Amino acid sequence: MAETMLNVDKINVYYGNIHAIKDISFHVDKGEIVTLIGANGAGKSTTLKTISGLLHPKTGEISFCGKNIRGMRAHKIVESGLAQVPEGRRVFLHMSVEENLEMGGFTQPAASIAPNMEKVYDLFPRLRERRRQMAGTLSGGEQQMLAMGRALMSGANMLMLDEPSMGLSPLLVQEIFQIIRDVHKQGMTILLVEQNAQMALSIADRAYVLETGRIVMEGTGKELLTNEEVSKAYLGG
Amino acid sequence: MTVFFSQLINGLSLGSIYALIALGYSMVYGIILLLNFAHGDIIMVGAYMSWFVMSQLGLGPVTAVCASVITCTVLGVVIEKIAYTPLRSAPRISLLITAIGVSFFLEYTTELLLGSGAKVIPAYFEARAFRLGGVNLGLTSIITLAVTVASMLALSFLVRQTRLGKAMRAVSEDMDAARLMGVNVNSTISFTFAVGSALAGIGSVLYCCSYPQATPTMGSMLGLKAFVAAVLGGIGSIPGAMIGGLAIGVCESFVSAIGLSAWRDAVTFAILILVLLIKPTGFLGRKVQEKV
Repeated sequence: MAETMLNVDKINVYYGNIHAIKDISFHVDKGEIVTLIGANGAGKSTTLKTISGLLHPKTGEISFCGKNIRGMRAHKIVESGLAQVPEGRRVFLHMSVEENLEMGGFTQPAASIAPNMEKVYDLFPRLRERRRQMAGTLSGGEQQMLAMGRALMSGANMLMLDEPSMGLSPLLVQEIFQIIRDVHKQGMTILLVEQNAQMALSIADRAYVLETGRIVMEGTGKELLTNEEVSKAYLGG
Repeated sequence: MTVFFSQLINGLSLGSIYALIALGYSMVYGIILLLNFAHGDIIMVGAYMSWFVMSQLGLGPVTAVCASVITCTVLGVVIEKIAYTPLRSAPRISLLITAIGVSFFLEYTTELLLGSGAKVIPAYFEARAFRLGGVNLGLTSIITLAVTVASMLALSFLVRQTRLGKAMRAVSEDMDAARLMGVNVNSTISFTFAVGSALAGIGSVLYCCSYPQATPTMGSMLGLKAFVAAVLGGIGSIPGAMIGGLAIGVCESFVSAIGLSAWRDAVTFAILILVLLIKPTGFLGRKVQEKV
């Protein structure tokens, strides 16, 4: 029995009066890649933001590594080892690549910043070339790499990625997903939110399908890839 | 020519005071998009503190300077905690109205406690003048310029090189992204208010070196001028605030020199209107992207 890393239990999230997340429960085991797929507005990003503490659930429990993190403030959750790569990358455009990475290591002791940065540069050689450049001058793909590298700087043992393929060319999507696989191989647990269901399911151990704030289906990545309903709704077939 | 240079020095020295104050406006705007109209009144409180320490307690100028700067710093943070933090997710207009309310509160509380008459602040140091190539240089101007340059260098170092400074920049660019990096946004905002108010404290002391009296409303005009300076330089931009302050100071000084001193304030506000009409982002401002 694998060790549960993240457990989300019947959370309900509201934006004002709008009930955005309805009784969602799921879990991610240590070493897994789990994906949440669903259409625009299904509540995928809201779920991630709730886990990372940017939003707070009205009811329900969230625990990470056995510790209750519900209602904890976002910066404390990062400290406990759960990092998020936000939707739309959200790199600091007016800071250099290197400064962005330093910000990623904000919770880490100063001595570990330089070695961690080297690891990130090894994973993303293009960032090393552009270390002094302002993040705003990078291409979309490079910004996505920076956003991922920045999250890796936090020393997290679990990474949540929100739509890493958004707005990228198919070639870059392949590249980004290869990096996700590599990071996973190095022992990272991953929760991936994607509209690109095909790509997400092909690398995921398990997957959950979200529809208007509810989980309507779950299974292994392979099962859902071959599932007729999923295929019709999300894989364009 | 010598008149030109001495007016230039006067202008730069006045302008550097505006710049110090403008920095506080700009930094606070940069981080929470608030025009902190109580900022000018913090200067007034600092001036009264100097008066109180030297004239009432009979202590020395060093104590007075420290007391003024510390009072301003603490006051800035206290205002932020009491008046602005509870409104973090409120519409920006509520925040702006609150800032105006805080400004009135400070002015009229001071008037209630100490009266509306001017309090004369004893000199911090003995006024002297030097001659340099035919130009008269007042010690006050020299000190003002030197302290301002030192403060700005320190601020640049803080913002560019230190951990807290980087956190400030990150929060001002993207608050949620900064949270996801592990930055404590609340304490970073308080720190920004502290730094801005400390600069206002320094500005307050320098202002009182040149104009040694305190009145309850002295901060409002000074604050408005610094606000114009911040807008001229590009609100939210730190180097912009520095340049804007110096530009306004030099401009005022030359307007006075050609005999139009009655028009001094009008010219400053005319500059504001022109900037808003022609280049609302100021010299170095960024285009503000409204977040949806």
